[in-house]
Amino acid sequence: MKRVIVWLRHHRAAAYVPLCAVALSLTTVSARGAEKPPIRIGVLASESGTAASAGHDMVTAWKLYWAEHGDTVDGRKIQFTFYDTGSDPARALTVARQAVEQDHVQMIVGPYLANEGLAVAPYAIEHKVPFLEPTVSADDLTQRKANKYVIRVAGWTSSQATHPAGAWAYDKGYRTVVTIADAYAFGYENVGGFNQTFTDKGGKVLKQIWTPLGNTDYSPYLSQIEAAKPDVVFVEMVGSDAVNFLKQWHAFGLKGKIPLIANETTTDQSNTRTLPPDVVEGIISFGHFAEGRSAPATQEFDTNFAGKTGKLPSYMAAAFFTAAQWIGDALLKVHANVEDTDAFLAAVRSVRLADSPFGPLQLDAYNNPIENVYVRRIEMVTGPLAAYGKTWNVVLKTYPNVSQFWNIPPQQYLKQPVYSTTFQGLKTP
Amino acid sequence: MSRPWRNAIVIGILLVLAIAVPRLGLPAFYVSLLTQTWIYGILAMSLDLLVGFTGLVSFMQAAFFGIGAYVVAIGATRYHFVDFWPTLLAAILIAGLVAAAFGALALRSEDEGFIIITLALNEIIWGLAYQWVSMSGGDNGITGFLRVNVGPFHTTDNSGFYYLSLAALIVCLTLLVLMVRSPFGLVLVGARERPRRMAALGYNVWLFRYLALIIAGMFAAVAGVLFAYYNEFVGPGSLSLDTTVQVLIMVILGGTGTLIGPLLGAGILVFLSNALSDITQRWVLILGAVYVVTVMYAPDGIVGLVNRLMAKARSRRELSLAAGAAVGGAFHSGEGPK
Repeated sequence: MKRVIVWLRHHRAAAYVPLCAVALSLTTVSARGAEKPPIRIGVLASESGTAASAGHDMVTAWKLYWAEHGDTVDGRKIQFTFYDTGSDPARALTVARQAVEQDHVQMIVGPYLANEGLAVAPYAIEHKVPFLEPTVSADDLTQRKANKYVIRVAGWTSSQATHPAGAWAYDKGYRTVVTIADAYAFGYENVGGFNQTFTDKGGKVLKQIWTPLGNTDYSPYLSQIEAAKPDVVFVEMVGSDAVNFLKQWHAFGLKGKIPLIANETTTDQSNTRTLPPDVVEGIISFGHFAEGRSAPATQEFDTNFAGKTGKLPSYMAAAFFTAAQWIGDALLKVHANVEDTDAFLAAVRSVRLADSPFGPLQLDAYNNPIENVYVRRIEMVTGPLAAYGKTWNVVLKTYPNVSQFWNIPPQQYLKQPVYSTTFQGLKTP
Repeated sequence: MSRPWRNAIVIGILLVLAIAVPRLGLPAFYVSLLTQTWIYGILAMSLDLLVGFTGLVSFMQAAFFGIGAYVVAIGATRYHFVDFWPTLLAAILIAGLVAAAFGALALRSEDEGFIIITLALNEIIWGLAYQWVSMSGGDNGITGFLRVNVGPFHTTDNSGFYYLSLAALIVCLTLLVLMVRSPFGLVLVGARERPRRMAALGYNVWLFRYLALIIAGMFAAVAGVLFAYYNEFVGPGSLSLDTTVQVLIMVILGGTGTLIGPLLGAGILVFLSNALSDITQRWVLILGAVYVVTVMYAPDGIVGLVNRLMAKARSRRELSLAAGAAVGGAFHSGEGPK
């Protein structure tokens, strides 16, 4: 019994610590007098699990913006809390609940993966919390499931950058394609976008290959590709899949033999920074970000990010940096009065960035940015940034102001289903 | 006080606490974590029926959990099948049928063979959920269905859903306790300990194990149905190998063959992973260390550890009683006079 009492005493003492902390913080708040409470932003990032490295890039870039520009808007401090989604949609939902119900955040920024975003969106909508997505690219979130609370600040849809790719490939003289991509929604949507515009012009899809995520051996697929003798190959890969694919594409001697067009993630800096230059140099890809773009906004971001982390930024980093800028601008427009959700949402929708690391950005009527799509080529890094990376994506050609619907009227576009294994936007002859 | 009385009082207090919790001003987020605990608790108990009582280490329990969840999501979004009770019934039935088929395959082998086959069967269901995109939504999963009110439970409300899950947990726990204490349950334990003797006594050991597999699958489906409504989202993660292993850890952490232990394990896992991930990004690592420590120092789980400590205290008390010292009350047993 004695021991219990002793333990309880200790325990009680421990219980006073948070109490004291609360009391202290209360006094500091009242000491500040009329100052408004901080703006609470919940940042969902995948800091553990399969997408952990992307999560780190996102968090670093997000902090970088506020460190550069100050975390106070119109006299009101911005307080952001980071939540780890563990790269798992069910967990993303749990931390979204924590953010909204426990920490009462006034907006959610993130998460990273499409399936996480799709899981959290209905929850955010139900609780009327602005859900701002810099990287979640699942087409439907700003198409068939568009909602006023869901806005892709500095974001993109999966097929947005591959629509131009299909048209470009046809105009380049290619008539037949084999596609190879990860067997999940992001892959289906990337390839679907390419196929739709490619076949629309008269191109032909010889073969479509879907490979499981986390695949390490691409040799059987590569021999299938070689046997099909296509004019061009279109590839979508993420993470380690991209690294493995590019290595084997080079090792099998296909690089330089069959023309290759990659989607944005395949040659993203996060993948190519680990690969030797001869494996990746010269590869053409399509994306809404190009770290080698010569415009000052991109170069300045590159320099600051590299100075902070010692490496060149991925598109995820650029997205969270630009999202911070976007949200900062919107907050300024409403004089930091984030409590009026409708006014804040309207402000977010009205933001126009004349130039950002991505280039000019503004939203369409469905809350997805109208943005540049770059035809990119991997080249050796030149200039002062060469100290931070070997190769990067430079801009060959710019498609300005590309919409998620490409050149198809939205109503007409939305009549077709979202891209999947069964719908690839193929024009049947 | 006699043991059954003491147990009844403890259970009563816990029940009152569980019912009162959302009214005690506990923040909504913790109420939702408790809801998760009840749901995972049902799943972990269903696995305990196999691991703890029947002696079958099944790696396919997540498959039935996922089937329950997908029945809700697919039913509601593709077939406008939205009523709670028919959905629940359909989920239990479908899970039972799949368990019957899988059980027939898996029980052809024992021990390591059984583990590998159940693992493979779980991967088949996962593969279906992941790649049959037109039906399951693939990696994106399914959203776009809502919680439905069930009898007196207003489930759109967080505390309403909490009570629904709690009620389901109590029903499942009661049924499972009755089952393991019934002759059926005793045969299961007998078949685990001395299969050949049980067979010699005329029991069809295979059939009893087979039935246990099916029943466990049905309970897992109940948890899956609740999980789908709770999240209003279903994805292939719910029936992945990760989930299977996580549930197994809940069972082992809490103590196999105790039913209440796995429930405890579920609570610890849900709360610990959330608390740790608030503090550090390396929470998965710490969680791993906790598992290792548990297996090393409490191989029979937390319930086992508590039982051992209590038994030790009791024997100490009996010693002091024998020495003619003072009489210690039941609740002071741990602090016997010295």
